This record gives sequence, structure tokens and C-alpha cells, in this order.
Amino acid sequence: MTLLGFLVLIAVAAIRLRDLFAVVMLFGVYSLLTAALFMNLDAVDVAFTEAAVGAGVSTVLMLSGLHLTSRWEQRPKRSPLLPLLVVGVTGAVLVHAMLDAPFVGDPQAPVQTHVTPYYIANAPVEVGMPNMVTAVLASYRGYDTFGETVVIFTAGLAVMLLLGIQQGTHNRPGLNAIGDQLVLRSVVKLLVPAILLYALYVQFHGDFGAGGGFQAGVIFATGFVLYDLAFGEGDARTVVPPGWLHRLAALGVLIYGGVGVYALLAGKPFLDYSALSADPVAGQHLGVLLVELGVGITVFAVILTIFYAFSGRGRRA
Amino acid sequence: MSDLPGIYNYLIVVFLMMAGFYVVISQGNLVKKLVGLGLFQTSVFILYISMGNVIGGAAPIVAEGVTVYSSPLPHVLILTAIVVGVATTAVGLSLAVRIHEAYGTVEEDDITAQDRADDETVGTSSTKDAAANATSTEDAR
Repeated sequence: MTLLGFLVLIAVAAIRLRDLFAVVMLFGVYSLLTAALFMNLDAVDVAFTEAAVGAGVSTVLMLSGLHLTSRWEQRPKRSPLLPLLVVGVTGAVLVHAMLDAPFVGDPQAPVQTHVTPYYIANAPVEVGMPNMVTAVLASYRGYDTFGETVVIFTAGLAVMLLLGIQQGTHNRPGLNAIGDQLVLRSVVKLLVPAILLYALYVQFHGDFGAGGGFQAGVIFATGFVLYDLAFGEGDARTVVPPGWLHRLAALGVLIYGGVGVYALLAGKPFLDYSALSADPVAGQHLGVLLVELGVGITVFAVILTIFYAFSGRGRRA
Repeated sequence: MSDLPGIYNYLIVVFLMMAGFYVVISQGNLVKKLVGLGLFQTSVFILYISMGNVIGGAAPIVAEGVTVYSSPLPHVLILTAIVVGVATTAVGLSLAVRIHEAYGTVEEDDITAQDRADDETVGTSSTKDAAANATSTEDAR
């Protein structure tokens, strides 16, 4: 209840502020609060993703976007009356529609009575993993997830086409976003290995606990982003050269698609993992592991591509 | 969320959604518009996750002694949507960066003003060109 109240406060403040730096920081706080809210609503995997993406990566991206544009927003010249009217009418219609909605948490709501009982009863048995979110994500709804991985890949390509990535390494020690800060450097040095290790844990433990390829890819990329921010520009590029990234992004999609095609060749439907092994449950397990690996590689490569593109642009300007 | 909030969550969702919508249609700054889209997007996430919740339920990970789980399906949809969201926001931001490089501003009004000024300086010649094109196509017929 309080969390939702805070969200409203932040939204109002974000509309009124003209300092975009403050708006972006507030939006980061907003994302972190949303993650806490998801935790309260039993959506641990989603909370995890929101905390890594919303509060971490997207704040860094928005800030580097601001750095390349401008920090202050102009005062609007037009009257806000017409937009307010449009928003008011649309909001009233939506509220009217919401009055008929089933209460939050109602066990008889349509969401809870159609496919949900099937997934809850059968996912642990058929796919053989305790985390139903991973089972539904990678196995039952593998088509959707494949599509989403391709969308992420395409978005990475679009950013590459729009901004371009500087090839090669530009190692200029001391030239970084925060200056030569000994304390920050020491802390980052300690944190980066822990972050990378944690990302691997999230990747391969996703069948049993909260986690999976999407979260792991983002967290793994965050490690490199942090390293690049704290140390000289281009240091991260020495470890993961930009030229590898588009190949990695494509490799992830290929792994995912390859599993599907393998199932087809084995005479089963596309992405039916039971083709991977004589025992259907073991096949499902292997399939989910491979597919999540593909997702993780693509997400990691795309997030890092986007970061390289923005930071490289800043240096050229 | 033990005490039932009824449709309280949904009302907040509508408010946040409209806040994002308002930013998108009323403010001229392209980066601010992207933040508005983010607000809108997050409100949809909250809507889905609220719908998937069930009273007395647990997170959808099998545990001993738990019989009621929240629906995993909305979680799956939103989890992927969050990552897709950040990727598409990055595409929007890079468009804004390119626009800033070309026009020196990300304010919609200034961009339109510059476009209009460009149109006026080349306006006379381009109308002539258009007229010439029109006559040549007529000739071709």
C-alpha cells in the first residue's frame, strides 16, 4: 500500500521537475520500489529482473543518453489543458472498466482458473524443475521467449546501426566517467568478480531458484559496465572487444534456434525438448538449460553493445 | 499483501499509466518522453503482476508444505517484457542522440521550427521543382 503511494509521489515529481538528471535518478528509485512491490506480490523472478534492469542498467543508459543530449528541459510553451483533458477522460474510462475487475488476490479470478492450475500441477513433473517460472518461460512458452530474444537481438542491431561502435581498444587510463577515485576503484575491484560469479550462479541455478538467462545476462553485463565506469575508458573493451559482441548476440539466438531445429530434425515439433534425450524429463531439463544459455548470451551481448555504443559516442563528441 | 487491497492496485495502475501518457503527449523534450513511456510501461507490469497474485499464495517455486502458488504465467510475460523494454528504450535514446547531433536540440518545438525554417528557405525552388515534375509527368502521359 505504502509502496504504491510512493510510486505515485515519484511519478508526480518526475512530471514537474525540469532537471532531467533528477528525473532519471528518481526513475531509478521508482524502479527499485517497483521491484520491492513485485517481491510483495510473490513475483520473485520479476522483482529480480526489475532490480537489475530498471534500477541498474537503464539508469546508466539514461544518464549516458543525457550526457549526449542536454540536462535541462525547456519550459513548455503550450498550455497543458488539452493533454490534461485527454488524460482525464482516458483515465476515467479506464477506472470505469477497472470497477468490474476481480479483486487482487481473488482465487476465482480468470487468471487463476484457466491454464494456471495446469502449469502449477504439471510443470514440476513434466519439466522436472521446481521453479515454475523458468519451466513456463523456456518450455511451455518457448516460442514467445524465442521471439523476445530475437526482439532484443534486433534492438541491439538497431542501436549499433544508429550510433555505431568504435572498433579496437582505446586505452586511455585516467579518462573515465568519475575521475581518478582510489576508494571507488578499490571497491569496484572487489565487487566485479563477485558480480560475475553471482551472474553465473543466477544463470545455472535458474531451474531451482529465482533466476535465469534474462537476469544473468543483465547482471553479467553490469559487471563490465561498472568496471568500465570506474577504470579508464576502454579497459572493458580490452576484456570483451566490441567486435565480439555482435557475434555473441547472434550466437545466443543461434543456440536457441538450433535447439528448436534439432527437435524438428528428430521428428518432434519445433522446440520440443523431449527430443534431446531418451528420457523426456531429462531432455526437457537439458533443453531448458541450453535455451537459457542462449538467452543469457544474447542479453549480455546486447546490453554491453548498447553501453559501448553510448560511451563511445560520448568520447567522439 | 495480506489484507486484500480490492482494486486499489488497479486504481494506482491507472494513475501511473495516465501520468506516463500525460508526459508523452504534453512535454516537448524527447528524453523526458522516454521516461514517460517508462512510467507507462511499468504501470502495465504492476497491472499484470497484481492480477497473478493470489491470497495466501507463495512464489511459484515448489516448496514443501506449500499448496497455493501465485500464477507463474504473468511473471513469465513481464520478466521478458522488462528486458525487451530496456532494449527498446535504448533504441529510442539513440534516436534522440542522433537527433541532438543533427539539430543541436531534443526539444520538439525547436526541431519543428528548424524544419519549417529549412522549408521556407528552399520553399520557392522546391515548389518550382514540384511544378516541373508535375508537367513532365503530364508530358509523359
